[in-house]
Amino acid sequence: MANDPIHQFQIQKIFPIEVGGVDFSFTNSSLFMVLTVAATCAFLIFSTSGRGLVPSRLQSVSEMAYEFVAGTLRSAAGTEGMRFFPLVFSLFMFVLVANLFGMFPYFFTITSHIIVTFALAMLVIITVIVYGFMRNGMKFLKLFVPSGVPVALLPLVTLIEVISFLSRPISLSVRLFANMLAGHITLKVFSGFIVSLSALGAVGIFGSILPLGMTVALTALEFLVAFLQAYVFTVLTCMYLNDAIHPSH
Amino acid sequence: MSSHNGDKEDRAAGNPEAGLSERRAQLNRKLDGLKAVEQKAARKSQSSSSGYAHAMKLSSEFIAGILVGAGIGWVFDQWLGTSPLGLIVFLLLGFAAGVLNVLRSVGVAEQPDAKIQREKDVQKDGSD
Repeated sequence: MANDPIHQFQIQKIFPIEVGGVDFSFTNSSLFMVLTVAATCAFLIFSTSGRGLVPSRLQSVSEMAYEFVAGTLRSAAGTEGMRFFPLVFSLFMFVLVANLFGMFPYFFTITSHIIVTFALAMLVIITVIVYGFMRNGMKFLKLFVPSGVPVALLPLVTLIEVISFLSRPISLSVRLFANMLAGHITLKVFSGFIVSLSALGAVGIFGSILPLGMTVALTALEFLVAFLQAYVFTVLTCMYLNDAIHPSH
Repeated sequence: MSSHNGDKEDRAAGNPEAGLSERRAQLNRKLDGLKAVEQKAARKSQSSSSGYAHAMKLSSEFIAGILVGAGIGWVFDQWLGTSPLGLIVFLLLGFAAGVLNVLRSVGVAEQPDAKIQREKDVQKDGSD
């Protein structure tokens, strides 16, 4: 059981709650979501409480996070996109902290479950659709009609564009989920090799140096992936929000 | 205050606001230059180091297109009872959308609004 690489993704109920036949149990996944939000809030509140003109180390970390997300959003969606800053910043911090929490031994990685990442992606896409229609009315549908296409091909191309648009939340969520899942499984498999190899005696212990080195390298890679995926999620969110603000300019 | 940038200090003393804003503009220019260099370096390191991430990105784009196409086709069939026609047609359209997604994410195909944007720019230039 300890060697099972999938075991770390199992959902366990901590407080079983059932309301009207629907399962609302507080699971280990919920626990880590709460922990993620609490850690993010606590860090941001604590680090910005000093508000020094010359920032302390912690304050400059949270200022860097702000500047980073604000810069990404401004370059992708323009200054008008800054009204979505709270959403984008929350998404970035949540995904980043959740990914990094997953790097602790024995911690649960909430972003390795597709339902979590899909919910985040749907939040983005629904915001795009609702705001796009609110701001542009029916002109938002121009997003699906590329210009300069022969009339005969227009229905076909529009249909393809619609499918392409609908595939966005799926590719957004699958990318984050698959990266986290694959990374954690590889990590677990390689560290499992160390245990099973070192059980083989002296030669095995010597041989287990190889997977040990691999595990160390993979851990570093996973930290990179944790950050990179949070960044990619944020950049794509900004690009989709840009579509909502300027569907066809 | 100091000797090495004396003339600027003099101007700043005469009109502190103008001197300050000038210095800020200069600093901004310098920062913009640095940012451009940094971005170029980041792009280079990204393209060379994380081929794995790139592969993940492209495959997820492609698979998402196919999945959505197949999903729409299946729902269509359930509604209209045209099984298997809807699934076939929309699966093929889904393949097309997946290819479009991939081409877009590597920057070969244009974003849907790029062309309109360019036409607008041309018009604006003409009217100005």
